[in-house]
Amino acid sequence: MNTPIVRLYAFILLLFAALVGFTSYWAVFDSTALKGETANRRPLIEEQQVKRGFIKTSDGVTVAESHPVGGGAHPVYVRSYPQGSLFGNPVGYSFVNVGQTGIENSENAVLAGERNEFSSILDQLRGIPQQGNNVTLTINSHAQQVATQALQNAIAQYGINGAGGAVVALNPSTGAVDAMVSEPGYDPNQVKNTSTYQQLNSDKSAPLLNRALQSTYPPGSTMKVVTAAAALDSGKFTPNSVLSGHSPQVIGGVPLSNAGGEEFGDINMTEALTASVNTYFAQVGEQLGTSTMVEYMKRFGFYSDPPLDYPPIEMAPSGPYNSSGDLVTSGFDVGRVAIGQGGAEGQDLTTPMQMAEVAATVANGGKLMQPTFVQQVTDSDGRVTQKLSPHVQSTPISPQTASELTTMMTHVTQDPQGTAAGLSVSGNVPFAGKTGTAEISGSLNGVNQPWFIAFAPATNPQVAVAATIERCQGCFGAQAAGPVATQVIDSLLNGG
Amino acid sequence: MSARNRELLALIPVAMLVAAGFAAVLIVESSQISDIGLIYGGYFLAVCVGVHIFIRIRLPYADPYLFPLCALLAAIGLVMLFRINDSLALKQASIFVAGGILLALTILLLRDYRVLQRYRYLIATAGILLLMAPRLPGVGSQVNGAYLGINLGPLSFQPAEIAKICIVIFLASYLAEKRELLTVAARRIAGVTIPPIKHFGPVLVVWGVTMIMLVFIRDLGSSLMFFGAFLALLYVATSRLSYVIAGLTLFFVGATLIASQIAHVQDRVDIWEHTFDTNPCHLTKQQINQGQDCGLGQIQQSLFAQADGGLFGQGLGESLLKLPGPFAPHCEQPFPDCGSILPAPHTDEIFALIVSELGLFGGAGVIVVYALIAARGFKTAVMARDGFSKLLATGLTAVFALQAVVIIGGVVKFIPLTGVTLPFVSFGGSSVIANMILLALLLMISNDARKPPAPREEDEYEGLPA
Repeated sequence: MNTPIVRLYAFILLLFAALVGFTSYWAVFDSTALKGETANRRPLIEEQQVKRGFIKTSDGVTVAESHPVGGGAHPVYVRSYPQGSLFGNPVGYSFVNVGQTGIENSENAVLAGERNEFSSILDQLRGIPQQGNNVTLTINSHAQQVATQALQNAIAQYGINGAGGAVVALNPSTGAVDAMVSEPGYDPNQVKNTSTYQQLNSDKSAPLLNRALQSTYPPGSTMKVVTAAAALDSGKFTPNSVLSGHSPQVIGGVPLSNAGGEEFGDINMTEALTASVNTYFAQVGEQLGTSTMVEYMKRFGFYSDPPLDYPPIEMAPSGPYNSSGDLVTSGFDVGRVAIGQGGAEGQDLTTPMQMAEVAATVANGGKLMQPTFVQQVTDSDGRVTQKLSPHVQSTPISPQTASELTTMMTHVTQDPQGTAAGLSVSGNVPFAGKTGTAEISGSLNGVNQPWFIAFAPATNPQVAVAATIERCQGCFGAQAAGPVATQVIDSLLNGG
Repeated sequence: MSARNRELLALIPVAMLVAAGFAAVLIVESSQISDIGLIYGGYFLAVCVGVHIFIRIRLPYADPYLFPLCALLAAIGLVMLFRINDSLALKQASIFVAGGILLALTILLLRDYRVLQRYRYLIATAGILLLMAPRLPGVGSQVNGAYLGINLGPLSFQPAEIAKICIVIFLASYLAEKRELLTVAARRIAGVTIPPIKHFGPVLVVWGVTMIMLVFIRDLGSSLMFFGAFLALLYVATSRLSYVIAGLTLFFVGATLIASQIAHVQDRVDIWEHTFDTNPCHLTKQQINQGQDCGLGQIQQSLFAQADGGLFGQGLGESLLKLPGPFAPHCEQPFPDCGSILPAPHTDEIFALIVSELGLFGGAGVIVVYALIAARGFKTAVMARDGFSKLLATGLTAVFALQAVVIIGGVVKFIPLTGVTLPFVSFGGSSVIANMILLALLLMISNDARKPPAPREEDEYEGLPA
């Protein structure tokens, strides 16, 4: 009987080996994935026992900080947001019962002071408690405040049917986000209460949604900047290329009119952009063709989330969406997409962030800088461990195209014929801009989405902005969204 | 060095482990536990020395490593329990006193374990009655859908722990007698030795009993443990793999059929297969609102606790077990029955807690200790001089090792998680006591097996029946 006993032992050893194998899978090989499971609240609970780092604005205003609660040997830290709703978006919140969003989520590893297993063992042996690192944002609190106030005023004056809106300001040469506002907002301090959170989450006006990054809207005529960029950069057009501005004209088999049915004769591209002539740019779009338009949209960052340090599920890509909600690269009415509209087979929809990036690209001589929220990271002793180093995300257009477009966009604001002729920034600095007034398809007549994208000063630009309001009755881009953008520009140019 | 001195020497690491473990927990949790906890460690070591002295007197030739290895497991368990709640460690230390006494009583009263052969049908009946007891009205109790415990007044008891020894004694005795019958007249077909069909009878009978057991107590793990021990014994007795293959096939067919009929068993399989689905056992909204989760939370939390462990673990007392201060729920029952993130950290899930705090190395260490105990147990079986002793040692070792495989396997999602204890490590009276009796029997067999042959003339006198 001895041989089978030895074989039985061998079999039992195999079973034990399998147990060791399974244990190592969960404890080591799959542990990162398990820590990311939604049902796993351990990482979040453990983080509450670490003093999470604070978040400040570039001008030193504290946006988020942690306070100990409970005391004793194992205190728990709870987050508080001294600025209330001003930074609800994009900073987000971090609470054990409702999770993390926004920058609190994307910078979690930094804020919680996560370390690798070996250095964590070393620190434990040396008795060093885990501490979070501090994050300094690129956002300027003054600009954020001005942007919030201006957007709220514009929504109060023009918005209908519980409209929201968003404004984004970028530094064109670094990609730094100077301000980002989404209205209506929320106070992250209130989210701590689960029932308030549920209320906010089911609120029809979607206060928790960061419209600047996640909402896609028809960009209207602001899209003509992308179309003009493609036209000039592909070498098929110059600012002096002449086409007919007659209205209506058949585009994609359906007649298209200019705003108010206005009639233009034969005009060049500079004049067409200044007066925002739909029929001109729809023809440009058709002559460029779908593949060229798609290529330039992709160069500007359409068709994918911006490479921003932000949770991917809180961002959305821009581009032509078909009626089932998928991004499409062909089969759409390219003439209408070229003017920021479209149909069931492809409706141009963009995020405010994307349009701010378009303005920033032209401002930065054709180079799109990778956007970022993080100015610098310091450890708990105040040492700087990470600093913003600007990266070129892509080069959508040549410096020459950018310079021609700058001139054309400056006409929009400076030329008496310009759609934004009434707008100015303090000190009367020349600045470049483009208005947009998108008709909201499927809604009642005259309901528009006003837009304004701009950068200033026109020479050596310091700031690029996109502002939009979700719904207004018969308003125009320059009138409703324009002042929001110019006030943000003012705040950033003067002492920002 | 004599066997007994080696045993005493091997107890030194156990003492060191207890001392270091208690000290470590005390340092981390100094705010919550008093130094009085150290007494439990001393208490436990006194039991170890006592048992050692008893073995030295009564079983001088017994295997020197079996007892220290079991004591090592008990020490690990005690440190973990001390870390969970110091009153658990106190209770467990007291249980070890009772277990030590029972081990001594078994050895003293039984004198020669071979007499057990005579009472095998009585023992088998007792074993089956014990297994069925949790379904008896009045004393039976259901935990998480399985019927594994009985309540006698203030005492609760898991009869399956004792029953496993009874069943192994019966099977060893029965097979020792019938093994020749089961091996003869075999034919070889395609390289596999196939015994005559009629000899599959006993396999069918035990399979039937196991299936009835599965229906009655609804616990896949203990059924697997019992049937596995039976197949191990059958294989050792007959050297016929065909019995094992037939048996395993029958088991899986039967278990699948029964699982489809009994919701609790099916749930266990479902949550094992689809651990990270949102609702793998198809609960209704109402059931979810009542807080039911068909055991899903337990296996998920088990894996999450292990994921926290990594290679080296978070350190004794350092893992996340309680929700900290402001998040702690209001509890009527004492910790860890309420308020533990990892359900049942002191019983079913203690291995997950070990991995969480001592890491993969700690968990693998515990498994290696079981493998070493199995090695000593099977060595005893190899050295034993008669069929019954060999089979009894094999059966006891196999059932002990399989119990560890079933519960660790459940915790690490190797098989569906069920409610058996981790021998010597988990908190629990019946488990410790039953395994102490099991250890006593193994020590007795090894004492006989390793005893040097006595001189002839004495043999003649002493060997005669009294």
